Order: sequence, then structure tokens, then C-alpha cells
Amino acid sequence: MIEEIAISENGEMVVNLGPQHPSTHGVLHLVITLQGETIKKVEPHLGYIHRSIEKMCESLSYRQFIYVTSRMDYLSSHINNHGCALCVEKGMQIEVPPRAKVIRVLMDELTRLASHQLWWGAMAMDVGALTPFFYAFREREAINDIMEETCGARLTMNYMVPGGVMADLHPNFQKKVKAFISLFRSKIDEYDELVTGNIIFKSRMQGVGYLSREDAISYGCTGPTARASGLRCDMRKLAPYEVYGELQFEEPIATEGDCFARYRVRMQEMRQSLSIIEQLIDNIPEGEFQAKTKAVLKLPKGEFYSRVETARGEFGVYIVSEGGTTPYRIKFRSPGFSNLSALDHMARGHKIGDLVAIMGTLDLVIPDIDR
Amino acid sequence: MNNEELKARLGELLPAAVFEEGAEWVTMVIDPAAWKEFARQIRRDPGLEADYLFCVTCVDWKTHLTMVYHLTSTVHRHTLVVKAKLDRNDPEIVTVSDIWRTAEFHEREAYDLFGVKFKDHPDLRRLFMTDDWKGWPLRKDYEDSVNMIKL
Repeated sequence: MIEEIAISENGEMVVNLGPQHPSTHGVLHLVITLQGETIKKVEPHLGYIHRSIEKMCESLSYRQFIYVTSRMDYLSSHINNHGCALCVEKGMQIEVPPRAKVIRVLMDELTRLASHQLWWGAMAMDVGALTPFFYAFREREAINDIMEETCGARLTMNYMVPGGVMADLHPNFQKKVKAFISLFRSKIDEYDELVTGNIIFKSRMQGVGYLSREDAISYGCTGPTARASGLRCDMRKLAPYEVYGELQFEEPIATEGDCFARYRVRMQEMRQSLSIIEQLIDNIPEGEFQAKTKAVLKLPKGEFYSRVETARGEFGVYIVSEGGTTPYRIKFRSPGFSNLSALDHMARGHKIGDLVAIMGTLDLVIPDIDR
Repeated sequence: MNNEELKARLGELLPAAVFEEGAEWVTMVIDPAAWKEFARQIRRDPGLEADYLFCVTCVDWKTHLTMVYHLTSTVHRHTLVVKAKLDRNDPEIVTVSDIWRTAEFHEREAYDLFGVKFKDHPDLRRLFMTDDWKGWPLRKDYEDSVNMIKL
């Protein structure tokens, strides 16, 4: 705990960043030790949005616990639900019909796009550019409208069930997604024109917050944060689930490991997601959207682990079951938790403005970290 | 390495380990006292190189606690699971945060929610709960009349 904010004998000062702060993207409390304006140490204090989700899930049924995870990483809510549904299906050996698989992948990629759009807008706003925020949300509205028609909600779409999806696609879905693809193809070039080539933006991002490949592995970093340091860690490629094994897409890798590399990796991921949606939107197979399952699900005794790739990285669901109708222990391995542990290492020696840029490119969502 | 080769190599490094059957990945139960040396070996061994620790969990089995470590290798792309049983009244195990830096936060979480003490941890304090919280919330016998609702 900080007893007093004072300047110590060697000129070091301790200040708080957060928990109420526009740049921390959630309630993250950072205690920064400064020498002048140079950072000596960053210490995250967590727990402001700890809702004991893991303990709650011990008294929820296997159909209910999936939707609590929408509230964890709310920007990748479909993908979180997907991971939970996959774990339950693995435990009960449920076979998902092909139509449901394709619908799930389409929803995942649309969610990834929406999450990256919000990331782009919020990160540009953090470093001072206010216009991209409005552009990003304008495109994101198109995805939210599509989600609202089919899933019924704009942010926490509780759409995945063990065995498939909750309801079939809305008749307008294909038309609207195709319209969105052609709209976004032109907009993403506009994004590059607006921000990527900007000389001020580049000098704020290049050379800042270096993370080497060994450190990324040691800190357990995952997702675009690790990919920008040269680590191949895309779960869609390493352990393909649903129809990812049959799709053509690349895993963008950079080797510089600084903020600008993380930025570029995410921009390329947006283009890859667009390409995946294009490959699938005309080829949705007919059939069932949900496998037949019992009303009350019981997983057999044992342990099950499923991994999916959210917009932030690898999300793991670890269920320990004793054969009952509720899980005995659930652990959610969230990507932000490990990415945040590398923040101190990356930020030492930089200024506070650089810290904001680093946090922006780490793409932290605090409810995901605190659970 | 596939699962059989992995089992053989791990059995060579630690003959006292007990392997569990029927799981997706090679799962082994080891003695907590042997964890530090074994962790160093699986990190360094050229055939194993388990350099990516992706999940650290604690499970409360009412008679004892079990620490579960999920590791994978970015070089060989195999996955293994290491478990260690701890005494419930005084759960203690050595830290591996000097081998895998990600363990620093994960072990703080296990300390905060289960009360497992990690020897030689650089900064062992509560992570999510406030500093003066009493009790270990995720244990099965945790009682809290104010914050918990029993259905």
C-alpha cells in the first residue's frame, strides 16, 4: 500500500495511474515509481473487478456457466463462449453439425474484427489522435447490427450452446455480411492512410516497449503481443478446431517486438479475418444448427482442457469434473493475465507517455484479467 | 515427441513420478520436494524444452490440495501436465518464477485464493483480494456470510 506520495531521498516519486483513468481500458491500478519522468517500476494492483467467476461457476450447471464468460473478455464474448462450449463437448463427446461449425467460425471472426476495431480506435485516442475513434465505431456499428439481428444482443451475445448455436441465422445475415465485407475492405485502407503512415504516430510507437522472443515465451505472452516478437502461437493454426483446418489464412508475424510491430500485426489480422469470412460466407452448409443433447448435461469424471484463440490470445478453459451436474473446479486461463505480467519488464526506462502507448498495444481488457 | 516417447523421457528424468492414464496429454504426479530440480530439467533438456508454462491451477480435493502445471514446448510442440499433491493444513511448494517468469503472477493468484505458500517467491502477497482479507476464498470450506449466498 502507498502510505504517502512524497519524493524520496534519491528523487524517486510514486504515483497512481488509475483505477479511474481513460487510458487504462478498465479498472487497472498501476503504481508507478518515477525518477523525474522516467519509469523505474510499474506494479499492477488488480482485483477491482474481481467477481469470483471461478467460484460462481462451481454452482452453475454446464449450460449456465458458459454465459458468465461473455462478461470476462466482453470484446471477444463469442470466442470465450466458444471455448467453454468446446470444453463441454470434449467431455461429453458431442459431435457438432457442420452448419453449426461454420456459423461459429463466422461469428468468431466477426467478433475478432469488432474487437480489433475498438482496439484501433481506443489506442489511437490514447496516443492523442481523436478522429480514428469515431471511424472505428462507425464500422463496428455494422457488426453490432448483424449480431443484434441474429443473436439478439450487441455486446454479450449468449449464442453458443454445447452442441452448436442457440438459434439459426437470420435470413438477412448473408446479405448484410457481404455488404459489410465490401464496405470494410475500402475502410481498412483508409485506416492505414489515417494512422499507420503518420509521422507522429510512428515516432510514438517505433522503438518503444521492446519485448524479445525469449521474454515473450517466459512471461507466457500470447496473441498479437507474442506474435510481434516472433513467436508462432495462433491456436487456430497449432491446434485447429471447428473448420479452421480447412481455411486459407496466414498468421502475421513480426520480429521487431516493439509497439509498432504489435500494431502492424493486429492490422494484418483484421485483413486475415476478412479473408476468412469471405471464404465461408458463400459456403454455409445446410442442416442442423444444434446437436441433440439432453436437457441436463453431466460431464464424466475427469479433466478437460480446451484452447481457443481470442482477439487477445490463447483462452483456456480447464474443467475438473466429479461426474455431477456442476463443475468441481473451473479455471479460465485468460490471455491478458500473462500479457500484463510483461508490462513491468517492457516499461522500465520509458516515459509515462510511452507507458500509455505500450498499454494500448497490449490490448488489455481488465475484466478478463480479474475474472 | 508423441505421448509414449514423452512418457519414456520423463520417466527417465524422474523415476518416482506416477503417470495418470486416460488424459489427452501426458499427466504425471510428482513429489512437491522434487519439483524445482525437475522443473529445471524439463526446461533445459534438449528433447523436452518445456519453455511455455500456460496454466497454473490449484484444486481443492477436501483432503489435500493439488497444484496443476500445464506446460508446452514452443520448439517441439508437445504438451505435458505436472501435478503435485500438497498437505491441506500447510500447503507449501517451491516457486518456479525464476524458471518461467509467468509463474510470478499465477502463483500469487494461487496464494490469494487457496493459501498455497511458495518458497522463495520474490513478492508473495494477495493479488485480487484486499491486503487484509481473511481466509482463502476458493477453498471448498470457505464461509462468508456477507458475500456468499447459499442456495
